[in-house]
Amino acid sequence: MFRKIRHIIEKEFKQIFRNKTMVGLIFGMPVLQLFILSYAADFEVKNINIFIQDNDKSPTSTELIQKISSSDYFDIKDVDTYKNGLSLVEKNKADVILSIPQDFGKKINTGNKTTIAITLDAINGSKAGVTQNYLQNIILQFSKEKLNEKIKIDVIPGIDLINRNWYNPTLDYKVFMVPGILVLLITMISLFLSSMNIVREKEVGTIEQLNVTPIKKGEFIIGKLLPFVVLGIAEFTIGLLIATLWFHTPIEGSLLLLYIFTIVYLTLILGMGMFISTFTDTQQQAMFIAWFFSVIFILMSGLFTPIESMPDWAQIVSDFNPIKYYVDVMRLVMLKGSSFANVSYQFIIIVIYSIVLNALAVLNYRKTSG
Amino acid sequence: MNKVIEVENLTRAYGDFKAVDNISFDVKKGEIFGFLGANGAGKTTAMKMLTGILEPTSGKGKVAGFDIKTQRNQLKYKIGYMSQKFSLYEDLTLKENVKFYGGIYGLDNKTIVERTNLMIERLGLENIEDTLISEIPLGWKQKIAFSVATIHQPEIVFLDEPTSGVDPITRRQFWDLIYQATEEGITVFVTTHYMDEAEYCDRISMMVQGRIEAMGTLEELLTKHNAKDMNEVFLKLAR
Repeated sequence: MFRKIRHIIEKEFKQIFRNKTMVGLIFGMPVLQLFILSYAADFEVKNINIFIQDNDKSPTSTELIQKISSSDYFDIKDVDTYKNGLSLVEKNKADVILSIPQDFGKKINTGNKTTIAITLDAINGSKAGVTQNYLQNIILQFSKEKLNEKIKIDVIPGIDLINRNWYNPTLDYKVFMVPGILVLLITMISLFLSSMNIVREKEVGTIEQLNVTPIKKGEFIIGKLLPFVVLGIAEFTIGLLIATLWFHTPIEGSLLLLYIFTIVYLTLILGMGMFISTFTDTQQQAMFIAWFFSVIFILMSGLFTPIESMPDWAQIVSDFNPIKYYVDVMRLVMLKGSSFANVSYQFIIIVIYSIVLNALAVLNYRKTSG
Repeated sequence: MNKVIEVENLTRAYGDFKAVDNISFDVKKGEIFGFLGANGAGKTTAMKMLTGILEPTSGKGKVAGFDIKTQRNQLKYKIGYMSQKFSLYEDLTLKENVKFYGGIYGLDNKTIVERTNLMIERLGLENIEDTLISEIPLGWKQKIAFSVATIHQPEIVFLDEPTSGVDPITRRQFWDLIYQATEEGITVFVTTHYMDEAEYCDRISMMVQGRIEAMGTLEELLTKHNAKDMNEVFLKLAR
């Protein structure tokens, strides 16, 4: 039995490494994607274009404008009295309009209440939210200072909040994103390669020859799966090296735990690919189905948007999303140093999921047509 | 003589359409049994049932002493099969193909090497043993495919249209290979739509629309249907 499996593994490896273009794609593409995505997938909002409609033109209003321009986040597009700036928003040249009323300086200096209007381009909701927060902070800070000047005391009673970000102290998004993107790459490469594998034998016609041989279904699937597990681990190792050496992503937890979890996860994804392979007839069909699932899994994995902010039904769907668990574990073990006990829940789910998918693949692979 | 294939009332239906309609025949050990018929007559369907990759709708069959419904796995060790669709891996070399197929039949490495060398010597393939299959001409490939199909020394080898698409000389050479195999005691079950190839067979069955319309030696069929060659027999039966 093992001899037969060994022969299949040997054949698969020969076929993979003989196709030079594929080898380039398998190892080159993920590395490139890791760099591009890690640098691009940054949730910090910077370079916000702001238009300021200054109807006051007083020293106070100028002071506020200076405060805004000295922050890293805003690019002041224009300051004008009469133009309302709406046309700039329409042309996509401004993201936010700040309108300062005519008697702004006078009211502040006499200790009266005044209002400032913020008009946001909310096409990108999350960006608009972040912009509003930044701007509010600046304005609150400004009004607090003005108040202090007015009453001439240094200490105002109240609570000052001090934030500390644990596990990612500098709030570097790359530290947070790299483990997740590593998951994405391993998932896509493994799913695509395995889903197209048995189908390819169907397309070329060699499957018929294999079906008349006494090879058992289980032997066949294991022989097909193992080379891709090895490939996936190699892929993971390269990714991990880049993550630590280039991005300085910490690995707080056990490296062994990461590898064990990755191997189990790979059997799950490969089982899914093999299953797709058994019910499709062409590589094109397999490719589309693999693409369909990877897009849904990736977008609903909590990789780019937190699962907690999804609607209830989507949160239930995401419970069936294997990527979610792997992203969780990678982040927990790498950034937080979680031990096996902390991730045993995810581990059990992945194991069960893997057994089910591989069983489906074996059952659905027919040596006889009926 | 002992029978290596016994088929009784074998039928394969797809809905109302019967691709193979109640066929019965026997094949003796060491025979070359020609399975003739037009394209779509049901030859391949019948052969798939005999090789255990297609479930029969009804009827019985035994190949190499094993039941085609219940003992498929034992049966598969005893048969070789060369499909109509070319079945070697194009991205592997000749040697690698032989090694792979020998390996999944459970042969040990020593036996694989011995048989590979014997085959290369016999076919005169020394120059191309490490060439990728994709770079080898079709005629050669078919000879290699035949040798790969018999690498585990089966009792019976099933050949599905092995000579379609190759030139007459290569066809002749291919039949020499088949003769060689029968000398070693291998029974050959071959489908073809080239009527002239019937001459090479010990016995012939003629399939028309899923049924066996005639069976016997070449002489028997020619006398019975009062024809000068198999083409004439075929035209008379198919009409």
